[in-house]
Amino acid sequence: MARTKESPKTTSSLGPAEVRKTYRNMLLARTIDERMWTLNRAGKAPFVIPCRGQEAAQVGWAAGLRPTDYFLPYYRDLGVMVTLGYSARQAFLSLLGKGEDVTSGGRQMPGHYGWPDRHVITGSSPVTTQVLHAVGIAYASHLRGEDTVAATSLGEGSTSQGDFHEAMNWASIYKLPVLFVVENNGYAISSPQSKEMAVQDAAERALGYGMAGVTVDGTDFFACYEATLQAAERARRGDGPTLLEFKMYRLLPHSSDDDDRTYRSREEVEAWKERDPILRMQKHVLDAGVLTAEENEALRAEVQAEVDDAIAYAEAAPYPPVEDMFTHVYAD
Amino acid sequence: MAVRNLIDGIREAMHEEMARDERVVLLGEDVGKRGGVFRASEGLVDAFGEQRVIDAPLGESGIVGVAIGMALNGLVPIAEIQFADFIHPAFNQIVSEAAKIRYRSDNDFHVPMVIRAPFGGGVHGGLYHSQSVEAFFMHVPGLKVVIPSTPADAKGLLKSAIRDEDPVVFFEHKRSYRLVRGEIPDGDVTVPIGKARLVREGKDLSIFAYGLMAFHAEQAAETLAKEGISAEVIDLRTLLPLDREAILASVARTHRALIVHEANHTMGAGAEVAATIAEGALYELDAPIRRLTGPDIPAMPFNTPQEEHFMPNPEKIAQAARELLAL
Repeated sequence: MARTKESPKTTSSLGPAEVRKTYRNMLLARTIDERMWTLNRAGKAPFVIPCRGQEAAQVGWAAGLRPTDYFLPYYRDLGVMVTLGYSARQAFLSLLGKGEDVTSGGRQMPGHYGWPDRHVITGSSPVTTQVLHAVGIAYASHLRGEDTVAATSLGEGSTSQGDFHEAMNWASIYKLPVLFVVENNGYAISSPQSKEMAVQDAAERALGYGMAGVTVDGTDFFACYEATLQAAERARRGDGPTLLEFKMYRLLPHSSDDDDRTYRSREEVEAWKERDPILRMQKHVLDAGVLTAEENEALRAEVQAEVDDAIAYAEAAPYPPVEDMFTHVYAD
Repeated sequence: MAVRNLIDGIREAMHEEMARDERVVLLGEDVGKRGGVFRASEGLVDAFGEQRVIDAPLGESGIVGVAIGMALNGLVPIAEIQFADFIHPAFNQIVSEAAKIRYRSDNDFHVPMVIRAPFGGGVHGGLYHSQSVEAFFMHVPGLKVVIPSTPADAKGLLKSAIRDEDPVVFFEHKRSYRLVRGEIPDGDVTVPIGKARLVREGKDLSIFAYGLMAFHAEQAAETLAKEGISAEVIDLRTLLPLDREAILASVARTHRALIVHEANHTMGAGAEVAATIAEGALYELDAPIRRLTGPDIPAMPFNTPQEEHFMPNPEKIAQAARELLAL
């Protein structure tokens, strides 16, 4: 099967309105992320799992799929959720564990997504369990002759888990329409990629399963989007799963409880900030004339206002009633 | 109604449910052409095809994890774990995922599925083909744990498990597959999950058991009857949810409780039955609660004398009952 490294693309089939929307989604994810971090540092939010640095890939792979497809994101995928219509209000309701939280009614920690209306399947904290669920979902779709794809994402550290390998094996044996999206941000909490695998690219692991593996610059939205489109098309025509690897950098610590100064240099982090996917996309929209500088400022202000409103709304929203904790253990 | 083996009940339940509902699929190691290592799924691949009777790649976490995905997308999977001893690689998928999906999603998602696994010893299976692991799963809200002891229950309970909206861990005692015989009702007869079975009424003591031990308890009760001892036998059938009402009602009738299981003693299912009686019927008791169980050693040895010493049997149950009545 194909084993390719994509060269970054700066053009695509997307028109200006779609590019603007994409840029807005990336900005919204980033702005939500920044404000969540601030709330945590102010003692108002117990736990935050940041997406900063991964927005291009997240928005890219989500945009490359259809609403009828199935999404099994991992905990860092705020950009995926925003692309699927997850609002700032929903994000902050989840952050604060409020009853109106669409993902779990305030039961789960932030970042544990699930949203049946948008085919986002509920996730947990033990990593990589979701990739097997994606295979089962794809099997069911395939059995019924539907042309839907199940796409699941994970960090490069999760490629060390047995569930990842069992899932790749299943999907390739049965040629199932599954996209395995590895958001390779270089670190599994503190462990660098070199301690998670002996290969240069996580996508090399596809070879052993007889399936396609593609490594893409994960700071380039267009490259991520196009690679996803191609992989989804391959899956839909019955040519089986693809392992998509998007290489990028986690600009923040693993979580609000982590301190990355203990395991990586400030120079390294600063160097990657030069390759911030938001700055890259901003440059593109300005250079390509999608937005003028004034329109860009207005868009940023609009996003900030949306987030301000969301925080106020979520802070005022009620917690779920205590007695509700006993519901939905089993079917009623 | 013909007299049949317990495993025939398992096979018939799967066959009828797959014929009734095209969403039902079976996946597991060697479940296709081989019909499962115990022949529980014999003939199913011929009847329903390879797409619905799926020879899974060898890996228990994969089998259960893929089954969860199927259940999330409109199928009703039966995941067969070849031996209960091998279920542990799937523990995370069962406990962290299947059991919690409804709860963690605030009822947005649920996984109607059955995880079947042959358990128990007495077949020279050694340490890793003899284990009784039901207590691990009994501690997990969100799961149901079901263990049939008769051919009729094997069919009726498995049908109920397949139709249940929540994940059911269904343990089948492998020694009972062809040892326990009985009539199996024809057609669509289900047995409700969560209800114990009064196997035999008695006045002098209650024996609580499940799986092969319920069968042995019944044999023990026959022996005791000849000695003038009237033993009531309750087959728990379902460990989660446990039929606490039936347990307390029986103790209120007999005032003595003997709990039997093959799993090791400490923190076994018997501990929960004993605690239920202590909390709800202590003043009904005329004697301390007695547990007859497998020993607290890591697993069942392969050699004949040690295996026999590990297993409770009708003689040991009868003896424990006599001792309890002497108190």
